[in-house]
Amino acid sequence: MKVTFPHMGHLWVVLKTALEGIGLEVVVPPPCTRRTLELGVRHAPESACLPLKVNLGNFLEAKELGADTIVMAGGVGPCRIGYYAQVQREILRDIGCEYEMVVFEPPDVHFSEVLEKVKYLNRRPWQEGLRGVMLAWQKACALDYLEQRVQHLRPREAQPGRVDAVFQRALRELAAAASRREIKRIVRQAEREMATLPLHTGRTVLKIGIVGEIYTVLEPLVNLNIEKRLGTLGVEVVRGLFISRWINDNLFKGLLPLPSHDPAKTAPPFLNHFVGGHGWESVGDAVTFARHGCDGVIQLAPLTCMPEIVAHSVMPAVQEAGGVPVMTLYLDEQTGEAGLQTRLEAFVDMLYWKKKRDKERRSAGAWGYFLGVGRGS
Amino acid sequence: MMGLKNKKWRLGVPRALFYYYYGSWWETFFHHLGVEIVVSPATCREIMDLGVELAVAEACLPVKVYYGHAAWLAPRVDALFVPRLVSVEDKSYICPKLMGLPDMLRAALKPCPPIIDTTVDLARRREEGLQSAIKGMAKALGMGANRVVEAVAAAKARYREQIFTPDGLKENTARQKLTVGIIGHGYLLYDRYLGMDVPEKVARMGGKVVFPEHLTEGEVEEACRQLSKRLYWTLGQKIMGAALHFMDRDDIDGIIHLTAFGCGPDSLVGDLAERYARRRGKPFLLLTLDEHTGEAGLNTRIEAFMDMLYRRRTA
Repeated sequence: MKVTFPHMGHLWVVLKTALEGIGLEVVVPPPCTRRTLELGVRHAPESACLPLKVNLGNFLEAKELGADTIVMAGGVGPCRIGYYAQVQREILRDIGCEYEMVVFEPPDVHFSEVLEKVKYLNRRPWQEGLRGVMLAWQKACALDYLEQRVQHLRPREAQPGRVDAVFQRALRELAAAASRREIKRIVRQAEREMATLPLHTGRTVLKIGIVGEIYTVLEPLVNLNIEKRLGTLGVEVVRGLFISRWINDNLFKGLLPLPSHDPAKTAPPFLNHFVGGHGWESVGDAVTFARHGCDGVIQLAPLTCMPEIVAHSVMPAVQEAGGVPVMTLYLDEQTGEAGLQTRLEAFVDMLYWKKKRDKERRSAGAWGYFLGVGRGS
Repeated sequence: MMGLKNKKWRLGVPRALFYYYYGSWWETFFHHLGVEIVVSPATCREIMDLGVELAVAEACLPVKVYYGHAAWLAPRVDALFVPRLVSVEDKSYICPKLMGLPDMLRAALKPCPPIIDTTVDLARRREEGLQSAIKGMAKALGMGANRVVEAVAAAKARYREQIFTPDGLKENTARQKLTVGIIGHGYLLYDRYLGMDVPEKVARMGGKVVFPEHLTEGEVEEACRQLSKRLYWTLGQKIMGAALHFMDRDDIDGIIHLTAFGCGPDSLVGDLAERYARRRGKPFLLLTLDEHTGEAGLNTRIEAFMDMLYRRRTA
């Protein structure tokens, strides 16, 4: 059995480690490229959401490398992702691409079903398998930690691209790492290198929060490397979605003491109910980012994504109440680089001037107060 | 809202989306509570334009039309009735957009009247969910328990009576040879403006129209057993079940799937239905409607489909 899985950002490192940990032969799909997207788009329903199309492309490319089994996650609604596997299975069948599919559904029906599937896949004694899974989890945490450092450094480094080079190398090393000690060493090494990078002095760095649907936020192919683009424009990116956090929230049901989304507290009164996917989190995170002094928020979503359309619809209220500009970007196979770049530049420019104006106003206000005029009169 | 307690309410109910399923229930219920109900008029150009202007461009057509109905009602009523429909049956959901609808309207309508947004969530414990939804509705209106029980009984009775069929399909009896199953969401099939009168068009071209609502729940469920995984959208399940049921019936000559541009569940459900139909050799026509769909183009496609069915029949 040669297993494969869909790509989502750096998730492959984690999944590869976990699946190899339980003794399986793994075929990592080739990195997502335009070809992946085109393959998927050719066979998927036209108005399906983008992740379904890219995943399908991943499966077709992995088939070329000899994969014969797909491991993926399912769901029980209301978002479409829960039915991806069924639709993809029928598509693959119709184009004569044979695959076995092992779909992990949330354990709210019967936990035994999940165990059955793990048992089916597991090739090693339990303790060893568990060790592999723990290693995968540690890698997820390491990656997310390093990525946050990268987000901080990108707008500040004097030679754009250096920090990303360090990160890419660390990523490759982490993928191959076989023990916790090794992971620690790689992280320390990368940190040391990052600390030596020459930095800009006195550059105004804007802070933008990225919210939205997890796939479009984490997968650089479909968001056209938005974080790197923003970094080059002098923007520090923050986001609430990380693989480790997602695993914690969804698989461990938030058991681990990690900072987690709490949309029930942050999203009302703008959105008072979950809407599937990450719609509720998008609104909640936008509010959180506005409160924590972000200059702007960018919402990313695949075109026709239902939960994100709900979030998008209430964003004007968030923007009004929080005083933070929100821009929504829908991404699909038609999204062009030049168009995206232009919109980002315009948005960042606007935020820059707004920040400057607000600062001037504040200082003018302070002087007025000092002289006993203006303010409140 | 408390201040309005003893007032004679004028409650606005948009004639869109789930009005086409639960309208009679709501009307009877509120009527029994002594609430005056204002239902928006049938969808027309004015209402659609209002909605298209207010909603985000990416929203699906039925949601845009709902915005239009709500906007039409807003200046004419004391409050809008926009229940938050999460789930209307066990372990199934309505589309995410309907879960956020009250909040979406609040963000879009300026000024926005109070919105009664009782949550209807029967996904886990059906009876409890229903009870709390009813209680919530009554509480929002400041009504006592006794009157509510009565109102529910009346609403239930009326709801059972009503079996949904669009009134007055003018069937062309001269050429009545074909039976066509038309599947899709009720708010599309039975809204003559939004659905561009497709069932009527088919009937006029000599088709006998069969709707998903003509099937019993049992028939739908039976047909859906062919799926490898239960569909978790209530309406998706109904559409898929009807599609599969129609495919297995020899007396049905073809299937038309009417869908709205931007409908999330339909993008998957419709694709699956089409795939199954292709495998089984049942003619299948997908019609996607949006605010730009032209009448002539639509007629041509339906005509071509009907002609093809005739030829298959006589061949």
